[in-house]
Amino acid sequence: MSPINFVYLASVLFAIGAAAVLLRRNAIIAFMGVELMLNAANLTLVSFSRIQGFLHGQVMAFFVMVVAAAEVVVGLAIIIAVFRSRQTISLDEPTELKG
Amino acid sequence: MISPILFWFIAAITVLPAFTLLFARKAVHVAMAVILVMVGLAISYVALGAPFLGVVQIVVYTGAVMMLFLFVLMLVGVDQRESLKETITGQRWIAIALAIGVAALLISVVSRVKFGVSTSFEDGGPAQVAPLLFGDYVLVVETLGFLLITAAVGALVLTHVPRLFPRRTQSEMQAERVAAGANPVNKTFPGYYARHNALDAPALDPEGKPIEESVSRVLKIRHQTNDGIEFKDENRSRRRELGAKEGDA
Repeated sequence: MSPINFVYLASVLFAIGAAAVLLRRNAIIAFMGVELMLNAANLTLVSFSRIQGFLHGQVMAFFVMVVAAAEVVVGLAIIIAVFRSRQTISLDEPTELKG
Repeated sequence: MISPILFWFIAAITVLPAFTLLFARKAVHVAMAVILVMVGLAISYVALGAPFLGVVQIVVYTGAVMMLFLFVLMLVGVDQRESLKETITGQRWIAIALAIGVAALLISVVSRVKFGVSTSFEDGGPAQVAPLLFGDYVLVVETLGFLLITAAVGALVLTHVPRLFPRRTQSEMQAERVAAGANPVNKTFPGYYARHNALDAPALDPEGKPIEESVSRVLKIRHQTNDGIEFKDENRSRRRELGAKEGDA
């Protein structure tokens, strides 16, 4: 089976992650949707690395993982800071910020 | 080439759990399902000739990132209810349409292009990836080091709460207790000098009388105390008599 099928799989996962970000109001679940989208992009990088026969795609996927780890740390810290001040992690609540 | 069974197995353990992101009520269930997705992706990396990345995926995503997610879920409370009221009318259907559109667009674009799959490739083990990482991309690796340190400092700053009141030290608490006239010494432990060291038996003072406050208040409320009646003065002589009788017999 050709590795190109993994690119289709990555497309489906990316769409599911995007739907989660758009649909869910729980900040943590939406954030997991972002993680799923990043992972789908990683899967594409690795599959193309295999298709092309170079390792550069894998190195790029590795960099994406490091950036994702840093992003999770800061994002969850922001979620905790918002929870401390507003006692909620719903994404609808901060609409009160509108003037 | 990759075996079709392996591919469909990976597709099943990534796509099906990923749907809990859309349908599961509880965030913990979503987190557990996403862990399964991450494991499935790790398997697919190994299948695609990237064993190093597969291991990194397990360590970073299932080991660190998802555990951090679970940790934060415990911190903010597992029972956070999600409001189902829509603030933007029709948002749900727009979102679903957009997601299906993205999937259709990506799949159609990929299916239109013909890729010649390389037959000569080497597995990306640590020995193959390391020269690339620390040779061609060494500047990126150093920049990522900066990024990680910045992220760690940022997380510390964002979650730091300034102290509103000075911390109460132990010596201050002790001074307060003495000023309030409370007994400055510790309470006696139950069972001390008594015949048994069970928590429900009061300690005995040097005269052999039970010290009532040595038994935990909780046990007293539950009536689970041994009242220490056998050590009270009025019973003492009786006990001695009994003991003497038993000794005769």
